[in-house]
Amino acid sequence: MHLHRLERVWLTFGAAILVLFLATITTAAVVEGFVPPSHVQSIDPAKVRVTPPFDKPGLHRLASGSYEAYYVAAIFSFSPHELVVPLGSHVTFYVTSTDVVHGFSVPETGINTMVTPGWVTTVSYTFRKRGRFLLVCNEYCGIGHQTMADAIDVR
Amino acid sequence: MTTATVGSFAPRAYTRAHAIASENILVSAHIYTATAALVLGALFGLLQGLSRANVFAMPAWFDYYRVLTAHGVLMALVFTTFFITGLMTFSTYRAIPRVRSVTLGWWGYLVMLAGTIVTALTILSGNATVLYTFYAPLKAHPAFYIGATVLVAGTWLVAADILLNVAWFQKTNKGKRIPLPAFVSATTFIMWIIATIGVTLEMGLLIPWSLGWTPGIDVELTRTLFWYFGHPLVYFWIMGAYLIWYNVVPTTYGGKVFSDALTRLAFIMLLVLSTPVGLHHQFLDPGISAGWKWFHTILTYGVVIPSFMTAFALFASFEIAARRAGKRGLVATVRWLPWRDPVFTGSALGMILFIFGGFGGIVNSSYSMDVLVHNTMWIVGHFHITVGGPVALSFIGAAYRLVPAITGRKLFTPKLALAQTYTYFVGMLIMSMSMHVAGLLGSPRRTSDVTYFGAAGAASWHVEMVGAAIGGTILFVSILMFAVVAVGTRFRDERADERDEFVFAGTEAEAMQSPPALDKLGRWALLALALAVVAYAGPVHELLSTPHQLVPGMRTW
Repeated sequence: MHLHRLERVWLTFGAAILVLFLATITTAAVVEGFVPPSHVQSIDPAKVRVTPPFDKPGLHRLASGSYEAYYVAAIFSFSPHELVVPLGSHVTFYVTSTDVVHGFSVPETGINTMVTPGWVTTVSYTFRKRGRFLLVCNEYCGIGHQTMADAIDVR
Repeated sequence: MTTATVGSFAPRAYTRAHAIASENILVSAHIYTATAALVLGALFGLLQGLSRANVFAMPAWFDYYRVLTAHGVLMALVFTTFFITGLMTFSTYRAIPRVRSVTLGWWGYLVMLAGTIVTALTILSGNATVLYTFYAPLKAHPAFYIGATVLVAGTWLVAADILLNVAWFQKTNKGKRIPLPAFVSATTFIMWIIATIGVTLEMGLLIPWSLGWTPGIDVELTRTLFWYFGHPLVYFWIMGAYLIWYNVVPTTYGGKVFSDALTRLAFIMLLVLSTPVGLHHQFLDPGISAGWKWFHTILTYGVVIPSFMTAFALFASFEIAARRAGKRGLVATVRWLPWRDPVFTGSALGMILFIFGGFGGIVNSSYSMDVLVHNTMWIVGHFHITVGGPVALSFIGAAYRLVPAITGRKLFTPKLALAQTYTYFVGMLIMSMSMHVAGLLGSPRRTSDVTYFGAAGAASWHVEMVGAAIGGTILFVSILMFAVVAVGTRFRDERADERDEFVFAGTEAEAMQSPPALDKLGRWALLALALAVVAYAGPVHELLSTPHQLVPGMRTW
């Protein structure tokens, strides 16, 4: 098959970019643990409110000094409301839904994950900035979707 | 010597000319249905843009999300699909001239149309406000799922028509290569058949559930089946645009296809690599471990190769033709191209938009980087500057050649057509860039109002929404201009002549030879299917082997 010399150069360049990109994200994943939220844990969506830890939504301090936050998403609100987080704390969020698919996004932080009924999703973040952060549902969930928002207060 | 045949009662022969006439009516049906979907979809798009910019709020009896669902379905599924079925039916028929029957083609069209009407009415009546991704457990009226399945079934009949014509050609022309436009159409529809297996299986779960026959639905499984289909859907659109770029655009500047072999190879690679990549739409989904997502990322990046091949082939075709005309150098070549021919500008401006689309696509498919943009307006900006940009604008540009060919009439108001391509380009740049920026600022997609009761974190988004509404208004006007030209041509008195004849580009002489193995479509189809199975067996097995609940579902609108 005839392949023009310039095309060979061009395709080699393309392949090199491809390898470089893949090497970058693979290194970031393996070395830094930089992977998308991919928690594999199921839960009965009908029993979320009586299943620990979601029976007590809110922020919980662990013995290690870091925090875990348990959130329940349901049309059209999050529970807990107005989470207060101490400045500088490392928080792992556990989120699940009792009804339809929701999103869990804190725009200014990079916290962003899908919340699907029947599954528990997790995402971690260290709050290094003081202030009131907007938490929004960023997956369409019904007629009141645009009101499904809350705040995280970092003090 | 001449012999008169007066008084002869020989049966009138059905000739190629008759076949062309019936082909043209069938193709017109597809193209005008696509145009109708585009105009209606654009109107709904305009309403959303203005509503999201808080110019007005949609009334409760015709709410934002219903309009959003209709816009998504009409644009992403109806306009694109009908245009591609029309374009590729046309390309196959013309590339394989034959005294043929168009009965199977008509069945395909009518089944598609029936499915479309049922789906559209279900959405407009407010019984399927589930957006075009219909994520379970949002539970639409069964007619929505049934209508969509019928639409897909119609496309299979069109696919069968195209593939049977190609098979006929191979049988009757032993040793000859499948003509390039027919080859492109066949690979596209083989890919489409493999892709639609996913959504058909999903419908097999959704339909009985929506009818109340099954108590619950497997949410993650339906999402995975949807995206098994949803990403190759993107390549279905792109392969339609590529057919135009490779085979039609060179005729606007007297150019040729750069390489027969590389064109075939690019389409084979798209056929093989389109399906096993869908998990990059589910990077943030629980229930699927990170390893499988990483695996799909690698395969997603594989599409870089046919994309680079296409970019090279297109620019090489420009340059070779320009040199033949005595132009050398970048500036002279660009200036020499026919920037006043809407068939050319539709595609060429689309190619410029595709550069932004490609850049954004790399971000979205980059595994960990996706977290920054997932479900934000960035994604909306991305698919508008891909399917709404290069794909739709190339389709519209090609229509300025196609519509005269199938209606037998001269193009109505060619200057309006030319202005249409430029206004569309400008409108799309403004709208899409505003959406990209809004997304980087964190604005969520699929939300009727993003003011969040005046929350400080949402304050920076409004100005971008105004930008998107301005771009969207320009786009709406531009699409109306296209409709005027397309419909006006149909009702014009002036007949088309030889200059309006639809021809496909020839191939550069030294690049005619290509390996016969590329035409063994059955083998490539099996390879594509095998790769899809390999890519999905792991994550689906993981999903099914983790005990989890079915979800009853509900109507939340």
